[in-house]
Amino acid sequence: MMPKPSPKRIPMRAQKPEKRRYNFDEVPFGYSPEEAMAEAQRCLQCKKPSCIKGCPVEVDIPGFIGKIAEGDFWEAAKIMKRTNVLPAICGRVCPQEIQCEGSCVLGRKMEPVGIGNLERFIADWEAEQAECVKCEKRPPTGKKVAVVGAGPAGLTVAGDCIKLGHQVTVFEALHKPGGVLAYGIPEFRLPKAIVQREVDFIRSMGVKLVTDEVIGKSRSIEELFSEFDAVFIGTGAGRPWFMGIPGENSLGVYSANEYLTRSNLMKAYLFPKYDTPIVKGKHVAVIGGGNVAMDSARTALRLGAKESMIVYRRSRKELPARAAEIHHAEEEGIVFNFLTLPKRYVADKDGWVREMECLRMRLGEPDASGRRRPIPIEGSEFRIPVDMVIVAIGNSPNPLIPGSTPGLETGKHGNIVADPKTGRTSKKGIFAGGDIVTGTATVILAMGAGRIAANSIDEYLKTGEW
Amino acid sequence: MLGPGIKRFELDARDIARKALPGQFVVLRIREEGERIPLTIADTRPDDGVIAIVFQEVGKSTKLLGTLEKGDSILDVIGPLGNPSEIEKFGTVVCVAGGVGTPEILPLARALTQAGNKVITILGFRNKDLILMEPEMKAVSSELIVTTDDGSNGTKGFVTDALKQVIERGTKVDRVIAVGPVIMMKMVSKLTEPHAIPTIVSLNPIMLDGTGMCGACRVNVGGETKLACVDGPEFDGHKVDFDLLMQRLKIYLPQEKESLELFKKTCEHQGENDA
Repeated sequence: MMPKPSPKRIPMRAQKPEKRRYNFDEVPFGYSPEEAMAEAQRCLQCKKPSCIKGCPVEVDIPGFIGKIAEGDFWEAAKIMKRTNVLPAICGRVCPQEIQCEGSCVLGRKMEPVGIGNLERFIADWEAEQAECVKCEKRPPTGKKVAVVGAGPAGLTVAGDCIKLGHQVTVFEALHKPGGVLAYGIPEFRLPKAIVQREVDFIRSMGVKLVTDEVIGKSRSIEELFSEFDAVFIGTGAGRPWFMGIPGENSLGVYSANEYLTRSNLMKAYLFPKYDTPIVKGKHVAVIGGGNVAMDSARTALRLGAKESMIVYRRSRKELPARAAEIHHAEEEGIVFNFLTLPKRYVADKDGWVREMECLRMRLGEPDASGRRRPIPIEGSEFRIPVDMVIVAIGNSPNPLIPGSTPGLETGKHGNIVADPKTGRTSKKGIFAGGDIVTGTATVILAMGAGRIAANSIDEYLKTGEW
Repeated sequence: MLGPGIKRFELDARDIARKALPGQFVVLRIREEGERIPLTIADTRPDDGVIAIVFQEVGKSTKLLGTLEKGDSILDVIGPLGNPSEIEKFGTVVCVAGGVGTPEILPLARALTQAGNKVITILGFRNKDLILMEPEMKAVSSELIVTTDDGSNGTKGFVTDALKQVIERGTKVDRVIAVGPVIMMKMVSKLTEPHAIPTIVSLNPIMLDGTGMCGACRVNVGGETKLACVDGPEFDGHKVDFDLLMQRLKIYLPQEKESLELFKKTCEHQGENDA
């Protein structure tokens, strides 16, 4: 009989909020081996584990946690990497509370097992070893796969396809691989050295990575077929949405994509050592309630904002961000303005944003997303003084490839239409997955789509059947 | 070196050279700490795998780019980006350019001439010492008019004065293309609007990724927000909000100044060390 697990999980030690709000270093420190083993021992090792079903890439969760509990970290890492090529990233950015941990049986009565924390631990432990886990590769098939976009979807497809014995080349438009992991998620949440490490691992398996190549411009998808047998499109959510309200083009109004790209990819937070500049607002409003909004508000704080606030049209309960991000943001002193909708921005004579006029909202009946619909309260206009605004309300799919690939079926938002069970598009040999198909979603969902597409690519390359 | 502070580089970029069309641009990054710099593709030699860029040394990054010498390499070159110019037979097309816009309009004038248009080119410079590429432009134009602000060469006045004369002398102008400083493109568009001459301008807002991902380059065209990098860079000059563009170009003036001062100090310091 196993001992009864303690009701609370082992907490992860983290930088104190009053200190970390001034630096870009990672917030949590991760588990020590002892902490990890103690947490792993809380796992009940269910015969029919529901956590695996909660994971888009179906990691063998009880398997790797069982090995951690025994102290066999090497074996745990091997189990992990069988299904997940980016564990250090997933452990940090997955919304575990609605996935694996949300399905954990312990969670019904007490705190669920810290699966994300353990995943992160094992990935970080492995990285510190002299040798890394080698993945078994099937014998070469002689088939070639092109992957367009080196984000979470593309890297997963690349990692899986190379394991399946195919040759893989990944094309990335930016100068660094990683996609949103490189340009979007800040250093304090996902250190870029970790992204580099995971990318290096995929490269070490034999994947060829080509940066600075804008497929759809320098080469079309059709041209790729002269060299490759199958193409996967994972170009992500591209074009940032704005609300289309007056004053939105004022100076000091950023899209989250631009703000975060400047800070993360271009390292504008290190200006003038790095050449890319960024506006350092003192009174910053971030519009939106997702992870990107939290990242933006917390970045603004670290860049010297006196006041950094979230402006969200629904209430706290509907915030789509990860629980940990909301918690960290609150700890750091981010101000939350719920039930608030910007109506227009007021600029000074030089065009700089100085105030935002907002409306108060109330919640009505649930809408298509299942969340209660926000309804403006008439006559409730009020103003907030700001000198910088970051619009973080999502993106539409990047138009470069749909626009340059005749015959590729697209949906009404410009997204590529692909079968969710196979990733197959309307054109033979072309697969797609991630945000380019679903619109703005999460890293792990993109990886899940990549996993599905990789298996389907393998089948297509074997049978030639579409 | 084309003129004071204006340089032309040829880059080895086979994939880009093969695909690039007039009006498109590239994004460069010189070094790991460098910013992404958008520059118009001024020419291509697809067979040699070469593209040409032209730039004016104004800020730190362009000055740093200017320090590179033949045989040096650039860390990143991305392209061809943006939509190509519309090149077809319009009839008579007036190409208007000023300063560093001159080399950028050369491939457009050439392509328009090849498409069977009568091309009248108007180039404006502050004074005769700054005149660029006169023979090259002459070779691709039916008529070339050079203006200088001080009258030290060619017609005294601005490009708009020369354009006005062309319109007033009765030449039927079917299209005007203007490339250069924002104020010049604004004045040209203002001039042609009452005459209902279709006018195309090539916009140069601040850009970051150049692939439609960030929205830094948003411009207001006919009341709609457009991204210059993927919706442009060419737009209908009669619909562009040039004042907004000019404002948005000033977002980083203090940082640009800081960066440049620091760069100058470093150069001086290095100079002392070398001496």
